[in-house]
Amino acid sequence: MTPSNSAWKRFTNSQVFWPLVALALIMLFNAIFTPGFFKLEIKDGHLFGSLIDIINRGAPLMVLSIGMTIVIATGGVDLSVGAVVAISAAMATVLINPALGKQLIASDKLVQDVSATPLPLVVAAALLVSALCGLWNGLLVSRGNIQPMVATLVLMVAGRGIAQLITGGQIITVYFTPYFFIGNGYLAGVPFTLFIVAAVFLIAWLLTRKTAVGMFVESVGINARSSFYSGINEKNIKLLVYTVSGLCAGVAGLIISSNIKSADANNAGLGFELDAILAVVIGGTLMSGGRFSLLASIIGALVIQSMTTTMYAIGVPAMAAQAVKALVVLAVILLYSQQLRDGLSRLLERKGARL
Amino acid sequence: MSPSDQVILTMAGISKSFPGVKALENVDFDLRRGEIHALMGENGAGKSTLIKTLTGVEHPDSGVITLDGQVVQVRSPQHAQELGISTVYQEINLCPNLTVAENILIGREPRRAGRIDWKAMNQRARQMLLRLDVDIDVQQTLGSYSVAIQQMAAIVRALEIASAKILILDEPTSSLDAHETAKLFQVMRQLKSEGMAIVFITHFIDQVYEISDRITVLRNGNLVGCYETSALPQLELIANMLGRIMVDLDDVSRAKLKREQHLDAAPLLQARGLGSDGAIAPFDLDLHTGEVVGLAGLLGSGRTELAGLLFGIEKPDQGTMSFAGQPVRKFSPLASILRGVALSPEDRKAAGIVDELSVRENIVLAMQASRGWLRFLSKARQVEIADRYIKLLNIVTPSADQPIKNLSGGNQQKVILARWLATDPQVLILDEPTRGIDVGAKAEIQKLVVSLADEGKACVFISSELEEVLRCSDRIVVLREQAKVTELSGAAMNADTIMQTIAGSQP
Repeated sequence: MTPSNSAWKRFTNSQVFWPLVALALIMLFNAIFTPGFFKLEIKDGHLFGSLIDIINRGAPLMVLSIGMTIVIATGGVDLSVGAVVAISAAMATVLINPALGKQLIASDKLVQDVSATPLPLVVAAALLVSALCGLWNGLLVSRGNIQPMVATLVLMVAGRGIAQLITGGQIITVYFTPYFFIGNGYLAGVPFTLFIVAAVFLIAWLLTRKTAVGMFVESVGINARSSFYSGINEKNIKLLVYTVSGLCAGVAGLIISSNIKSADANNAGLGFELDAILAVVIGGTLMSGGRFSLLASIIGALVIQSMTTTMYAIGVPAMAAQAVKALVVLAVILLYSQQLRDGLSRLLERKGARL
Repeated sequence: MSPSDQVILTMAGISKSFPGVKALENVDFDLRRGEIHALMGENGAGKSTLIKTLTGVEHPDSGVITLDGQVVQVRSPQHAQELGISTVYQEINLCPNLTVAENILIGREPRRAGRIDWKAMNQRARQMLLRLDVDIDVQQTLGSYSVAIQQMAAIVRALEIASAKILILDEPTSSLDAHETAKLFQVMRQLKSEGMAIVFITHFIDQVYEISDRITVLRNGNLVGCYETSALPQLELIANMLGRIMVDLDDVSRAKLKREQHLDAAPLLQARGLGSDGAIAPFDLDLHTGEVVGLAGLLGSGRTELAGLLFGIEKPDQGTMSFAGQPVRKFSPLASILRGVALSPEDRKAAGIVDELSVRENIVLAMQASRGWLRFLSKARQVEIADRYIKLLNIVTPSADQPIKNLSGGNQQKVILARWLATDPQVLILDEPTRGIDVGAKAEIQKLVVSLADEGKACVFISSELEEVLRCSDRIVVLREQAKVTELSGAAMNADTIMQTIAGSQP
């Protein structure tokens, strides 16, 4: 075998291959049916275009899918991330704007550069609360021995209530310009959210691949009993992954609330937990746990986001969008089915033999 | 009627291989109407595989099954039931949250006008249980009754499913107390008198003698023989089960003199009155550097539990343990590994290998765990360690990056051994390290144990094969009924004495 051949084989066998195929297919569809999809323009020194839009809008999902990946790799699942997004958003906006913006209006003019709390503190508080949410999930799962789906369902339901308590039941609007930079800003011509995703990815990658955490996570996910016999502290590993997932949800909450300049306890991050799980599944990490790839999950998130953007671009009615999305997802998942692949290759072989 | 007229089932020349291991080799088995036939053998002997080929869970590679004079091929468990073969498995697979009646008649509920006739259903279930002399309220949930009653319900269900001709009971008494067992036996005798052919699998020797008519013994996938129970002395049965493997193991000879010197030194690991309720009665044990202590006893005798206590799988309820003169306070696998104790577990698949991970990762796993998550072994270091042990233990694998599940049983076992050797332990506990692996790999592992002791490690060697324990050990601890019975060394350490001790005829 030539070296280039074996490199290709390694690539096709790697976990990122099929998610990339799925992404490529969607891009191919756009190349044919959506005029101007790949056009990039520079306005005011910023890049614009559908591709940039996908990355920018997909940022919260990509961040969530990173945390979700390592939770799923331990054989668990975190249903609470959508609610934690709302908590994080509520926490941040309340700290900026405690009196719901009223006192910031002086002589009929918005005071746009005032925050009740310094921005670094706002970010730190939102992330801290989110990490605590994750820690709570982790405690329920690892110390309470509650099934992950049930344990995180508690916070999924209660979390939005907590967010409402924080915001006093109001939708809080933010007028603090520096905060907008998180979700809308540009750095070196590209959206700042891209840097956030890159940073979260890098930290998570370092944590899982440059320490033993990744190996422990996979080992626990594949065989918890063998891992225990080998001296791995399964409980602490679980505590860690849920905390990381909570943190990721916190980051996503900051991006979202900054992007839409408000926090809505009822709707921020609604249904995100399912999209995040889907991103991980498209990324080829098994729901039963085990081997995982952070990069593949990021690509999975991009697949979902580009699907959504594509549907807006070609004008699928909003009512039909979910159904169309479901069909595409079904197609992607079928692509992964070993049975289907085997069947296809058998079919091709038989055809080949006949010809 | 001559016995041959009464034969309902014959299995002839049954063979079955799994990747890396021959589970059954040319095994014959026959069953008569109205008999209770015990199927005996230690773990890995092939009992469950034989039963699985009969119940359609597995398909034999070769061999013929004849039922009622007809050659049959049992396609699936469902097909087996249609043929009149019913099985009650060790773990009761009923629903504890449904009522007894629902459990017995689920899927075949009596109906009236398309709806379930609850009255008829409860009545029918009650009658069926009464037939076995079990008088209970069938409308209570199954989970509210004792395990024995649940077992009865499982049996009634098995009988109900088909007009069963053959009933297979797989370890039905393992979770029953003496009274409940007596009750079950009463039911079995009644079924027997009605002409039912019953296959009884158990590891309780006494029960076999109490109830069975004939005994078939398997060992290492081979048929040892079929005997009338009354004509087979207990001691002979144990000898047949534990057996002698015919391996050329001349190399496993040891310089015992050298070892005697070590025994004078203070023990490396010392247990005093260590015990765990319901698992192992309090025992004393000394382990010296450079010796191999064998644990002999039947399955369920407490040998695995004893090993688990030494390694911290379970926390002791009583007693003390000291290591290198220091009292041990923390009982956990991690604490043991850090102390220098290693345990290769009995159940390789469930507690040993991490099947999707590569050979390399499986080898470094315990070492990495002992280093903590921050002091990560670089890929290069991992490769180096893995390659060293692959070579040292002669592990056959295409590469270190191969998932361990692709390896044969023997090679998987060697990888697990490599995992523990990589932690550089002072005490190495090996629970059934040679189970279910081929003869060549067995010999290699035995040699390894001996050479490790020569290097100054203290080894605990557990095996169902007596010959093997005798060959490798300097001392042998004999266990019976979840208690340490005695400790043998020197001239007293021979197969006869051990078997008599296991059988209970000697203290």
